[in-house]
Amino acid sequence: MSVEVLTYIIVGITFTAYIYIGYMNRVGTTSGFYVAGHGVPAIANGAATAADWMSAASFISMAGLISFLGYNGTFYLMGWTGGYVLLALLLAPYLRKFGKYTVPDFVGDRYYSHTARVVAAVCAIFVSLTYVAGQMRGVGIVFSRFLGLPIGWGVVVGMVIVAFFAVLGGMKGITWTQVAQYSVLICAYLIPAIAIAWIVTGNPIPQLALTFSDIVPKLNQLQTDLGLIEYAKPFQGKGMLDVFMITVALMIGTAGLPHIIVRFYTVPSVRAARYSAGWALLFIALLYTTAPAIAVFAKYNLINELNGKTPAQVQELDWAVKWETTKLLKFEDKNADGLLTMTAAADTNEIEIDKDIIVLSTPEVARLSPIVIALVAAGGLAAALSTAAGLLLVISSSLAHDIYYRLINPNATEARRLLIGRLMIFVAVVFAGYFGIKPPGFVAQVVAFAFGLAAASFFPVIILGIFDKRMNKEGAIAGMVIGMGFTMAYIIGNRFMGMDPWFFNVSAEGIGTFGALLNFTACMVVSRLTPPPPPEIQDLVESVRIPRGSSQAIEHY
Amino acid sequence: MANEPQPKGDGVAYWKANLRLITILLVIWAAVSYGAAIFLANPFYKIQFFQVNLAFWFAHQGSMIVFVVLIFVYAKMMDKIDRDYDVHE
Repeated sequence: MSVEVLTYIIVGITFTAYIYIGYMNRVGTTSGFYVAGHGVPAIANGAATAADWMSAASFISMAGLISFLGYNGTFYLMGWTGGYVLLALLLAPYLRKFGKYTVPDFVGDRYYSHTARVVAAVCAIFVSLTYVAGQMRGVGIVFSRFLGLPIGWGVVVGMVIVAFFAVLGGMKGITWTQVAQYSVLICAYLIPAIAIAWIVTGNPIPQLALTFSDIVPKLNQLQTDLGLIEYAKPFQGKGMLDVFMITVALMIGTAGLPHIIVRFYTVPSVRAARYSAGWALLFIALLYTTAPAIAVFAKYNLINELNGKTPAQVQELDWAVKWETTKLLKFEDKNADGLLTMTAAADTNEIEIDKDIIVLSTPEVARLSPIVIALVAAGGLAAALSTAAGLLLVISSSLAHDIYYRLINPNATEARRLLIGRLMIFVAVVFAGYFGIKPPGFVAQVVAFAFGLAAASFFPVIILGIFDKRMNKEGAIAGMVIGMGFTMAYIIGNRFMGMDPWFFNVSAEGIGTFGALLNFTACMVVSRLTPPPPPEIQDLVESVRIPRGSSQAIEHY
Repeated sequence: MANEPQPKGDGVAYWKANLRLITILLVIWAAVSYGAAIFLANPFYKIQFFQVNLAFWFAHQGSMIVFVVLIFVYAKMMDKIDRDYDVHE
């Protein structure tokens, strides 16, 4: 059977499973729709959070990015995992005790202010919308890479699937499909990783092979011989301060992303929220500790198999020919010496490797059966769809719950609220699909935005809302406006208007760290100059700090 | 008994115990990530850890493993603290 037919079959089976799970978990209440009725077990929420978190980019591109960054790739690895420690210790248990539906719910109630609620809702929508466009694009790209479908059609298929289980099942449907999607994506990631670890190092466990085999010294040698960076040497390209700032911004950005935070509203208790953060990070770390290993094995293997060969020899490698046609691999004997040579400079480099090839080509390079290639396609789709679904729910809940129900029509009936929620998810799917088909040129640029804004807006005001009883609405609003304003201005100036990174050379990705610091400072100064929050708010803070009583919010569904 | 509101003193002591634990764990968190993998990366680069340098191991493996352990340690220890101060669910 050809790879394409197999891919259609495997993708078809997984999609049918997602639809079936979504249908079985359809809901009829707003509590079910927004927080799965607070009924998700800790370990299941962990798997759902992991799928929610790991996007098409984590699955397809991250190992490749790391293979080119070398040591400095750590800002992705630590930045996108370290935030869970902050979530588990500083946010998740208390927000679960608070027990409402959304992040703007907490901000609006804690700061007794509709202004704060609206600012938070707008931030949540903006962050999630920038993020979801990339996920829909990711679905289209996987379809086009593996099945040769036009990207637009791939996006449409993805839209239909997500719309089905998200509109029908809300958070409950999304949660249980995410659990299934996690299982698909982790198998799809680990099987090729184990195979290539075995082939390149003789040790089948990627994490152990990375540390205990001689593969890293060999890659270091190979790279320095070619004039590329010494792989395992710190701070080449970006300096220590920049790496630090980016790592912090990604960590606190992760802890401030609304689609991750709301996952912790779905568990039955405060205790479950703590454990489920642990499960989530364990499930994420399975992929995140494998990625740097794949990066090393695949990079070593690619250089070894391609560098110094004649163009004719390269044409004998099936996978090289296949990926050359997708333009992810490019060969050109620029100096006409009959050999293809990798160099550090773009004008003399004769083998151009796209970062995505590191993960995508692994099953073929490792000569695995076509069924594994099909599984990798299904894994990439699972990663993209699960993240998209979580983001769409945040957009829907911000519009239907925070803005429509809490501001415009507080007397709306349960049935009407549910209808508006479903409608808003549908609208969000259409928007996301449109941006997936016609991506604004700056999609890649705006990812820095999502993290920078989450770091500079939500993270400080939520933390202070729990840990500082004296924090008041004046402080929180000033903090959000100043933190966000500065971060936005810096990123826009640097990315779109050619401004120099004047702040100690810190990249746009890392400036959220300073934005968050500004937010904290503004909160502290302004709150101390203005009256303390009313006594009932101080009581609310007391109550979120104590686990007992969280189960009162549980509704049967 | 379980449903009666807690006397204030208990809540304050519970919160202090929680803050102490959070502080200890976050110091470890910062030490492995910002410490070992970033600020001490240049000296740790010269220390061999099996086949890689120690800084690289923390940066690409070790810190993430420590993160996972920290969260489970927090959850486990909080189970006990919740019970000691009688605020558990």
